[in-house]
Amino acid sequence: MILTLFYILSAITLATAFLTIFSKNPIHSAIYLVLCFFSIAGHYLMFNAQFLAIVHVIVYSGAIMILMLFTIMLMNLNKEDEKNKTLLSRIAAAGAFGLVALVLIATFIKSHAVIARYDVSGKDYQSIKVLGQVLLNDYMVPFEFASILLLVSMIGAVLLSKKEHING
Amino acid sequence: MENILQEIGIDNYIYLSTLLFCVGAFGVLFRRNAIVMFMSIEIMLNAVNLLLVAFSTYHQDAAGQIFVFFSMAVAAAEVAVGLAILVAVYRNVKGIDIDNLKNLKG
Repeated sequence: MILTLFYILSAITLATAFLTIFSKNPIHSAIYLVLCFFSIAGHYLMFNAQFLAIVHVIVYSGAIMILMLFTIMLMNLNKEDEKNKTLLSRIAAAGAFGLVALVLIATFIKSHAVIARYDVSGKDYQSIKVLGQVLLNDYMVPFEFASILLLVSMIGAVLLSKKEHING
Repeated sequence: MENILQEIGIDNYIYLSTLLFCVGAFGVLFRRNAIVMFMSIEIMLNAVNLLLVAFSTYHQDAAGQIFVFFSMAVAAAEVAVGLAILVAVYRNVKGIDIDNLKNLKG
């Protein structure tokens, strides 16, 4: 039952990721990417990581994709006039994809897990309460630096997208 | 309390995120539209996040999920700056076809 659910979710994830790349219209790409992110949030829910699932939906599907859709519409790119790359570079891209996937999958098929049998300790380690304690006790300094990073990136985005005045 | 990894196994998640990462890398190589390349980068980031959560569950340790939280913050910052750069590029070359950006080629 759970295994079937996993296979369905994985199929949705991979199929929408491929459709993101292959759709000609950037708006369609963005919408397929939203579906991909929702299925990844489903994977997080299957891990019982509710906090991450909710944050993932809010940050990726809410904030990042809205930003991308706004940019696409601002640049008026919702048309299908993109020229393809040359045949050689497309073949090279597909070959690189196939080879990297082959090598990585072959490596992981041959490897064995360190923990042979998986035991459940029953300890609570991923509820929002525990995560909040870990985040604000052990990872307090990185948490603060993340806020500085977001502030700097906001200033950078404003500066970069401002109209330039060339004064010589 | 049963666990998902007893039913599915960590290796299935490793294969899934490997494939997802390769799809993202393929998208960066395959497309000329800079925004779609950006989306492919997001797919790669998500593949790694998924693997981090899987191993966090595997070791029953909250640190992996905290890492994913930070990587989401970095991804948000990256998208904001990257899209601002794309807007600046669009103003200069009237398009975001990546093959037209060869002013530095000399």
